Amino acid sequence: MTDLSAILTIASRDLLKLLRDRTRLVFTLVFPFIFIVLMGGTLQGNLGRAAGFNFIGFIFTGVLGMTLFQSAAQGLISLIEDRETDFSQEMFVSPISRYSIVFGKILGETMVSFIQAIPTIALALALGVPLSPLQVLLLVPASLGACLLGGAFGVTVMSLLQNQRAAQQIFPFLIFPQFFLAGIFNPIKVLPWYLLPLSLMSPLRYAVDLLRGVAYTGRPEYDKVVLFNPLTNLVVMAAMFGAFLLVGTMMFVRQETNR
Amino acid sequence: MARQAHGFSYVANVIEVRDLVKRYRKAEKNAVDGVSFEVRSGEFFALLGPNGAGKTTTISILTTTLTPTSGSVLIDGRDAVADAAGVRRQVGIIFQKPSLDMNLSGEENVRFHAMLYGLYPYRPFFRLMPRHYREQVRELAGVLGLEKEIFKPVKTLSGGMKRKLEIIRGLMHRPRVLFLDEPTAGLDAASRRNLWNYLREVREKYETTIFLTTHYLEEAEEADRICILDQGKVVSLGTPAEIKADLVEEYLILDSEDRPALRSELQSLQLGFTEQGQFQVQLNGHSAQEVIRSLDTPLTVLKTHSPSLEDAYLKIVGTAME
Repeated sequence: MTDLSAILTIASRDLLKLLRDRTRLVFTLVFPFIFIVLMGGTLQGNLGRAAGFNFIGFIFTGVLGMTLFQSAAQGLISLIEDRETDFSQEMFVSPISRYSIVFGKILGETMVSFIQAIPTIALALALGVPLSPLQVLLLVPASLGACLLGGAFGVTVMSLLQNQRAAQQIFPFLIFPQFFLAGIFNPIKVLPWYLLPLSLMSPLRYAVDLLRGVAYTGRPEYDKVVLFNPLTNLVVMAAMFGAFLLVGTMMFVRQETNR
Repeated sequence: MARQAHGFSYVANVIEVRDLVKRYRKAEKNAVDGVSFEVRSGEFFALLGPNGAGKTTTISILTTTLTPTSGSVLIDGRDAVADAAGVRRQVGIIFQKPSLDMNLSGEENVRFHAMLYGLYPYRPFFRLMPRHYREQVRELAGVLGLEKEIFKPVKTLSGGMKRKLEIIRGLMHRPRVLFLDEPTAGLDAASRRNLWNYLREVREKYETTIFLTTHYLEEAEEADRICILDQGKVVSLGTPAEIKADLVEEYLILDSEDRPALRSELQSLQLGFTEQGQFQVQLNGHSAQEVIRSLDTPLTVLKTHSPSLEDAYLKIVGTAME
């Protein structure tokens, strides 16, 4: 019971911190705008006709998945830094378990990144991406899936990296290739043989494909854009989530005190 | 751990450290190297030592954020390794680096702490928190003189106020021991003095054991007992007066026109002395009066030399730096 309350506390603290930080809030709104309007717009104008599908919708789903996944992962990784600087020091000396800290943090960062989904979806609707009310509704659980998977991915990365500097240096190498392997901006329907296994290993790929599966349901270009059946994506995501969470949390807890 | 037993009162040890050793991974020597001490309930205990002496390592092990390589630590009878969660419930910690969320208000920082310790259920606003919580926060804020500031964003508070806020937070769960890891680092002299007075008040009011690390001797001198740590080992342990007796060498400086006579007299009294022009006579537990009374040679110089505790401490710190 104490731990449940503690998990809620840790999660709500993350949310409150986002809401109090105006610069970060503004950035949250501007970031998807840059990608969807500037990048989607230019690609649509130049390549849309040749590709045979709407690039704004394509970039929208990609950016949505990327933002949620990356934001949640980064939030978790910040736990390494927090441990030495702010209130998180408190969490590590409070009587709650290390597992509760990780769960609370995943929940909190999931909520924080999920808030970013709202302006992104609103922007897509404003730009005329065809989405039915049911699709918008289904984007909610799909988005949550991307957040949770990103959070679990973050736990594993965090448990592998000893300090904040290593994390800052290595994290881009773990996330940046995924932007391309998961096809955020670039179609990956056809991939050379040497990139296919790498792409299949990218967790972000499944999160984005699930969002696209939802957003393109019933559209004639569905087969051109979506790679896997949403159910397949869901199963892979669940398996990856479980594995990352288990391995990451266990390693993190073990390392924590054993320096 | 009864305080009253067999009709007389005695003070139980709230902290017991035995042969504590910590060697960090890949380190060549022990950061803490066979340290033993105990802290009595209600005591103001200071762990004093230069930078790198092993103070923070020790406090980290005592507060369960670091596992020892060997040795045992009992906090209020609980093992710091086997029952870490139990220990955490009994201790409050003021960290070396500030541990407040800057974007939140002081009270929100306190509230999150209270909820992490399972003292109260989660509520998003102060007004919705149980009355007991609100009273407790107001009382502690009163004791530490932060009645108004506690509801302001932390980033608007001064360094001293932030420290006080951390003390309020650390006391919310009524810990048996309050650990403070160099709490006055970065504070000006006035805030430092201020903080000290508040700590004294807190200790009297809540009977909290205070465990402090510092590298300032004058801070440690206020403690009931001091443990001086250097290069991971205990150099001296006791009350400030005992430490002084232990570390500080008192001696007499004597001289006479008839030096050979004085020399032979000192030799026959079997007092240790050195001659550097004048005679430096070790007192070795004797009083200066005792020594002088037993001398017959007329003296031309008679001085007692008693270096301060600071001299003694600087000597330790000095050798550590060399």
